[in-house]
Amino acid sequence: MVDKIEASGLSCAFGKIRSLTGINITVKENEILGIIGPSNSGKTTFLRALNRLNDFSLNYRQEGKIVMNGKDISKIDPESLRKNVGMVFALPLSLPMSVYDNVVYGPKRHGSKNKKELQQLAEKCLRAASLWDEVKDRLDASALKLSGGQQQRLCIARTLAVQPEVILFDEPCSGLDPISTAKVEEAMVELKKKYTLVLVTNNVKQASRVSDRTAFFLMGELVEIDITRNIFVSPKDKRTEDYVTGRFG
Amino acid sequence: MKKLADDVIEKLIFICGITAIVFVVLIFVFLMKEGVSFFGEYSFHDFLLGKFWYPTSDPPRFGILPLILGSLIITLGASLIAVPLGTMAALYISEVAPKGAKDVLKAGVELLAAIPSVVVGFIGMVTLVPIIKNVFGIPTGLTALSGCIMLAFMAMPTIVSISEDAINAVPWQYKEGALALGATKWQIMYRIILPAAAPGIIASVMLGIGRVIGETMAVMMVTGNAAVIPHGFLESVRTMTATIAAEMGETVRGSIHYKALFAIGAVLFIITFFINFVADTYLHKNK
Amino acid sequence: MMNTKTSQKIAFSALLAVTLMVILPVLIIIIIIIREGISAINWQFIASMPSNGMRSGGIMPAILGTIYLVVLSVAIALPVGVLAAIYLNEYAKDNLLTRVIKLSIVNLAGVPSVVYGLFGLGLFVIFMKFGVSILSGALTLAIMELPVIITTSKEALNSVPQSFREVSLSLGVSRWKTVRHVVLPHALPGIMTGTILSIARIAGETAPILFTAAAFYVPRLPNSVFDQVMVLPYHLFIISTQIPNMPKNLSYGTALVLLMLVISMNLAAIVIRTYFRKRKKW
Repeated sequence: MVDKIEASGLSCAFGKIRSLTGINITVKENEILGIIGPSNSGKTTFLRALNRLNDFSLNYRQEGKIVMNGKDISKIDPESLRKNVGMVFALPLSLPMSVYDNVVYGPKRHGSKNKKELQQLAEKCLRAASLWDEVKDRLDASALKLSGGQQQRLCIARTLAVQPEVILFDEPCSGLDPISTAKVEEAMVELKKKYTLVLVTNNVKQASRVSDRTAFFLMGELVEIDITRNIFVSPKDKRTEDYVTGRFG
Repeated sequence: MKKLADDVIEKLIFICGITAIVFVVLIFVFLMKEGVSFFGEYSFHDFLLGKFWYPTSDPPRFGILPLILGSLIITLGASLIAVPLGTMAALYISEVAPKGAKDVLKAGVELLAAIPSVVVGFIGMVTLVPIIKNVFGIPTGLTALSGCIMLAFMAMPTIVSISEDAINAVPWQYKEGALALGATKWQIMYRIILPAAAPGIIASVMLGIGRVIGETMAVMMVTGNAAVIPHGFLESVRTMTATIAAEMGETVRGSIHYKALFAIGAVLFIITFFINFVADTYLHKNK
Repeated sequence: MMNTKTSQKIAFSALLAVTLMVILPVLIIIIIIIREGISAINWQFIASMPSNGMRSGGIMPAILGTIYLVVLSVAIALPVGVLAAIYLNEYAKDNLLTRVIKLSIVNLAGVPSVVYGLFGLGLFVIFMKFGVSILSGALTLAIMELPVIITTSKEALNSVPQSFREVSLSLGVSRWKTVRHVVLPHALPGIMTGTILSIARIAGETAPILFTAAAFYVPRLPNSVFDQVMVLPYHLFIISTQIPNMPKNLSYGTALVLLMLVISMNLAAIVIRTYFRKRKKW
């Protein structure tokens, strides 16, 4: 498989607080890369470096390079970068508007005006996020009336609507019950056929269920990255083993 | 093309962002322009410490000491009334009043803030002034005392609402801790809450004072406007603000009298600038 | 040694007494003005010109003058104030410039109203040659409103959850469009409330327009923004202090109209605030 993203020597800091040190990591096309690690290990910082969302944080500094499709992302216009790299957040963050308006929010802002096209796009994205059947009759209802799991899949649909190549998931199931979680995971596995996914999760089992490869972060460093089975069955590093077997974290 | 539109609006946002600075500077410049030219013709010492304000005599005298003392006596008197009452009301509203009463009382305070100063002055003229005249048996009720009482009410909303914010901002853990030790609510209020909220209360008092010093219409309508050094609360006084408001209409543009009024404006600006600066510092201490 | 419970009771009663002393005069003022002024209020008082040296007739030009000034000043101050609030809340970094801006706003809010009058006279009336006019007065009032509009708008923007911005930005939407489409709409009720409150405040101001816009008596309505106008608060000031043998109920009537104008705007602001607070969805 081709390398989609390559981060080399990536270090990030917010003011005096170092969040990541010297990360070298690649994300391959059409894979799900799981990133696990205890909280404050730098997983989310890494994710937000990929779509340059960290840029908005106060006193953020970054060293090293992130290359996507062969281009240094610091040289791409951040808005087109973010269009290309979608993100699904930890809590289901529906905007307080209707289901339909949530899905077409991105395309509308980017200038699509044709109503027919937007409707088709909305249906396509909702289907891809396995939500269409549940919401097709209440597209005009407030998104905030949907259940947590439905809202999270709506967020996925909204991300798909701007036609990204990469989708970042930041602990997407942390607020969901097991059944909703299963549905979101199902959607993710379906998505990797067309997209490249990076999944940050606190839930080690989730990484073992859905990711192709898994990386283990600890205190801002990348301890180990390997195909998921190896990480869980025969980790090379003692710390990885301790973490995945639940001895700390 | 789209990018360009964003750039233009963001430039505009930045320009609007700095308008506050621009206006503060402009106000200062325009007051100073006339003020400096005034001091070219009149000595700074005689202006600030001169005991006589006779702007139309020949030669005119522009001593603002009586006006400064007039503003001072009003501010002092109003603070003596408003500070204790305002803080106590804030304590009652935020700590003692039951939920329903709280909203009503707060609305009352907001209503007080909403009454225009000219209406306050009018009411003072028709109600308070005759009362003071009769109670003290003096020839006119247009006195410093009337000004103090009316302005105390005008300062009250500022003092009550900002103090109340400060009191509400005291972390509830403080109160819980003391309650657990068996202290009564009242003991907690004056031993713990008041000291903890002190910086905010001080700020509220400063802002209230700033409001009183700058108040113009009400004070002009009830204090009698005699530009002499006051010796007590039962005399007529004239404040700096009232002097500007009352005389600017009759001056010739560019005359020394006109410039003298701008010089008073500059003095007022500097005083209130200082007060607000200090109050703001205290407000940030509270957080 | 007094029982602590008793001393608490005494203290609380004292606090209650003081609070009533602070609040009750407001009601008394309003009741007096209504009782004495209601007899003056009729259609002719509201809708006709003053006559007989203002000792009879109506106050229509003063009501209209106040409306002109307030509408024009808010039309100037609102866009500038909201954009300034957007700058402070959405764009400004934590640096010296931002601190200076914040300090300027605080100080602008504290400048005495009569000093605004002097400034308006110096800048708009004389330097920019607008003369004593609606325009000069409205500009002066607009600057006075700015700190209130900026502060309340900034609070309203700040209360929109950060996550809304992140979602929009993460979809590749530009910063300005994010503000325009997800932040501003949800800050609108707060901005409206603040604006109405600031209007209510300046509608009652006299000192800033004393030398910039207000006229003692104009026998006709203004034709353009370069005309002087009669204004309610100034009218109340002159009829109650400068005109001998003024019928008392006309003064009270004028005060009542001014008071109702200001209080109804405050009530409107409170209603909007409560309505949207209840409807808030997050």
